[in-house]
Amino acid sequence: MIENRPGLNLLAHLTLMLGVAIVALPVWVAFVASTHTATDFMSGTIPIWPGPHLVENYARMLDAGVSTSGTPPVGTMMLNSLIMALLIACGKIAISITSAFAIVYFRFPLRNLAFWCIFITLMLPVEVRIVPTFQVVADLGLLNSYAGLSIPLIASATATFLFRQVFLTIPDELTEAARIDGAGPMKFFRDILLPLSRTNIAALFVILFIYGWNQYLWPLLITTSSDYYTVVAGIKRMADAVDGLPQWHLVMATAMLAMLPPVAVVIGMQRLFVKGLVETEK
Amino acid sequence: MASITLDTVGKIYAGGTRAVTGVSIDIADGEFIVLVGPSGCGKSTLLRMVAGLEPISEGTVRIGDRVVNDIEPADRDIAMVFQNYALYPHMSVRQNLAYGLKNRGTPRPEIDRRVAEAAEILQIGPYLDRKPRALSGGQRQRVAMGRAIVREPAAFLFDEPLSNLDAKLRVTMRLEIKELQRRLRTTAIYVTHDQLEAMTLADRLVVLNGGRIEQIGTPLEVYRKPASTFVAGFIGSPAMNLIPSRAVPGLPGTAHAGIIGIRPEDLTVAPDGPIGMDVVAVEELGAQRLVHGRTGGEPLTVTMPSDAALSDRLQLAWRPGALHLFGAEDGRRID
Repeated sequence: MIENRPGLNLLAHLTLMLGVAIVALPVWVAFVASTHTATDFMSGTIPIWPGPHLVENYARMLDAGVSTSGTPPVGTMMLNSLIMALLIACGKIAISITSAFAIVYFRFPLRNLAFWCIFITLMLPVEVRIVPTFQVVADLGLLNSYAGLSIPLIASATATFLFRQVFLTIPDELTEAARIDGAGPMKFFRDILLPLSRTNIAALFVILFIYGWNQYLWPLLITTSSDYYTVVAGIKRMADAVDGLPQWHLVMATAMLAMLPPVAVVIGMQRLFVKGLVETEK
Repeated sequence: MASITLDTVGKIYAGGTRAVTGVSIDIADGEFIVLVGPSGCGKSTLLRMVAGLEPISEGTVRIGDRVVNDIEPADRDIAMVFQNYALYPHMSVRQNLAYGLKNRGTPRPEIDRRVAEAAEILQIGPYLDRKPRALSGGQRQRVAMGRAIVREPAAFLFDEPLSNLDAKLRVTMRLEIKELQRRLRTTAIYVTHDQLEAMTLADRLVVLNGGRIEQIGTPLEVYRKPASTFVAGFIGSPAMNLIPSRAVPGLPGTAHAGIIGIRPEDLTVAPDGPIGMDVVAVEELGAQRLVHGRTGGEPLTVTMPSDAALSDRLQLAWRPGALHLFGAEDGRRID
């Protein structure tokens, strides 16, 4: 529907601006808070404009961290988060694309059973199976390790289904042409399927990277050594200062820093991301 | 280049459905064979069995002197052109052509030579570096044929390659395919449901119905001496008139036949003709007109010159030797 009425346009813009304001206000407050000193923030009036301590606060967090809360420098935590998010996103994509390939293109015994098993895991997110998963990971000696942080989160039914749908849209004739052209299964996978699902892989990567980056409960549970703290879980530990008031300006600076990588991924992959979600023609 | 022999080939699907029964065809080296029939007659299944895309349930298929029943499609030395072209969308035209050769480990200079040659033959040189989506339907079809040519296979298999093109392009591409096959002298099996395409392309036609062969012969043989009422009704446009003999009693020499076939173009208006027809409708085609009517309650169609006089009732005669007689029960030809 295309309407051309000035009043309606104004209303639409107002609605959108209101939406942006609702989303952006907390971010703005966090940003403002991160540019002041601790005392400014505790004085009773919350400042609405950035203060002069931006460089100082951020440099301190990246470099040294808050010693009182037992968290390492934010730089280390961000690196941990990055490693975990990348392992989860890449692991999920690798596993789900190969299982979708198996389910769509091969006729093997118990294929349907395998399919339904994957389907059922949709009902078992990490939070539901957290106690047994913790037990398994602890027994395997994976506490405080990147493997322990990422492996339990890697299996993904959602991504498997997404790739299954993508593969089902690829015409049979293309598969047959490849067979006649002498492409074996793995060659077909590499030369035809992977390039054809390129945009879907990108879209999924963005979603899964953010999913991995935002993991909170699981890293909080299984990391006891500060070497493996991730930034999202670390913020919580910082706010829990035991022997004093939380240093909100530093906590907010960390929150701002923690927001940057997902934003960078979304912006950097925006074009592919949108294409992957809307493109249907193969 | 090779001959292809099908020996009592049959196809039964996993569910028990029978798609093809007892098909035997000897295809000579360099011959252009067209499999024609209505949808669901098993022609595509037959082609796919030759290609190796469909397992062969019964009988044997030989390409050259090799039984290929258990050989992978890639190793059967055939090339296939699909209805929807099946070009790899993410590869350029050049890569599309080269892909099969690369998988076979053909040396680079040889690939380049063959691609250049195919591009020259099909005049697709200017868009070798484009992606398929930037090409028109006709160009895509050329690329699909190019992919078959570069393989230099023993046989080309065409699965309704022109069905996605518009009518005009179909006629030109039809001619190109014919010329190309003549020039390369490669054995070809071509599947179509379009009887006109079948007639114009084929060295020999194989008319299929319900998974069985109705008739094999050159286009003219099939046209002049259809082996059954099915072939008679399927080949030729407008379709042959098939009238139960009781509707036109007293025609000489038709006493033992159940069904009489007369092509519309073999009927002429003659004041003393033995068949009387009540005209129901007239279709003008420009050069000629089709007159539809009824005789003894049965529908009848006549082709007439567009300047011929029309009346509500016409007396018709037929050209000598133009009557086809078929058995009442089995519909087979009686000579």
